Amino acid sequence: MNTLHSEGRLDGAKLTVQPIWVRISHWLNALAVILMILSGWRIYDASPVFNGFTIPSRFTLGGWLGGALQWHFAAMWLLFLNGFFYLVMNFATDRIRSKFFPLSPSAVMRDLFEALKGHLSHADPSKYNAVQKFAYLFAMLDIAVLVLSGLAIWKSVQFALLRDLFGGYDFARVVHFSAMSLICAFIIVHVVMVALVPRSLLTMIRGR
Amino acid sequence: MKPITPKRPNIDRESLIIDVRRELDMPSRRLFSQRILTLGGLAMLTGCSLSDNKSVETFLTRVSRVNDSVQGWLFDPTRLAPTYTEAEITRPFPFNAFYGVNDAPKVDGSDFRLKVSGLVQSKRAWTLPELYALPTAEQITRHICVEGWSAIGRWGGTPFSEFLKRVGADTSAKYVGFKCADDYYESIDMPTALHPQTLLTFTYDGQQLPREYGYPMKLRMPTKLGYKNPKHIMDIFVTNTYPGGYWVDQGYNWFGGS
Repeated sequence: MNTLHSEGRLDGAKLTVQPIWVRISHWLNALAVILMILSGWRIYDASPVFNGFTIPSRFTLGGWLGGALQWHFAAMWLLFLNGFFYLVMNFATDRIRSKFFPLSPSAVMRDLFEALKGHLSHADPSKYNAVQKFAYLFAMLDIAVLVLSGLAIWKSVQFALLRDLFGGYDFARVVHFSAMSLICAFIIVHVVMVALVPRSLLTMIRGR
Repeated sequence: MKPITPKRPNIDRESLIIDVRRELDMPSRRLFSQRILTLGGLAMLTGCSLSDNKSVETFLTRVSRVNDSVQGWLFDPTRLAPTYTEAEITRPFPFNAFYGVNDAPKVDGSDFRLKVSGLVQSKRAWTLPELYALPTAEQITRHICVEGWSAIGRWGGTPFSEFLKRVGADTSAKYVGFKCADDYYESIDMPTALHPQTLLTFTYDGQQLPREYGYPMKLRMPTKLGYKNPKHIMDIFVTNTYPGGYWVDQGYNWFGGS
């Protein structure tokens, strides 16, 4: 057993699927997104965008509107700075191209059907299938939309261009809420998939 | 003499360590404990238990003050908030305060005097007719509430910078503070006080400012959230000592810019 263990360690460097910066960034992002969602729900409840639809306060963070705003505008720094670090590293190491491309709609559809039939292999965790590529790129884009629409709401006078881009102050709230709903949908699918393929969780914790 | 202690079973430490190691080496075991940890972490975050923690509160307040500085830096003194047409005015314009509409203060305009104090040259009190004689300005702008809703209204009065000029305010001071007839109090940064769209208003939609909207006067700033716009103003002072505000002292962000 001891020999096996040390052998695994020796190979560890070569077998690393997720480099350390990806892992750190992933978990910081997960924390930031969860804090943003839970506090955002409380802020939403103060004046619901959709009449009659509110989120039970026991699922929210902050205790009251003022507390939720404090959480939201503190966690935004973690989300923003960590997201910035993640994107810079992705481009600097060329990971964005090697991991997420090439990608075509037909490949996504094919892998999606294969996955639904249970035929998709996860033998090589170092390579994302087309559905994964699409899902992770979608999450990146959606978080970008969340940040930008959030800035449009937060500073609708100072960031006039962003405000107009999102169709004015009130519509920016609709965009912000919709993008939040989409990231929630992503999280649900993501967590279910991780439960089905637990090895992917290990690669995001110990790197291989 | 010695107390009788139950004899502990002889544990083979080495074999125990091996067992634990084996357990931990099984990915499914480790996965399970990790999941439990994650669930526990999530459960801790919901509700408000974490916000009640003093150190968390201190940290969040500190970040909020950092955000004040960031907003002060983002604030462009020449950038104007969008203006709207009369047809776009929200009717009826919502009443909003920390009390019901029937509890709005009743201020007698006939013997009203606006007090001015702090870092100003003239501490003379102002009557309403004197204020009405100042240069006039009007705006149709969007009022954005910290809760998220917004409404478009039409306010008329005098540019606040004109008023500050006339009282000889030290415009290098940090804050302008307000005390109100409804025990509300608020303070703003000097750059916003001097912004061209910051008006000391006496009318709403062409009529004398009604009691529910802040008679005898309201400071209207389309560059700030609703709670930063004090109504029923009785006292104005210029200071370098941070005066806080009614909601700000309870946790709302002080700068409150939009």
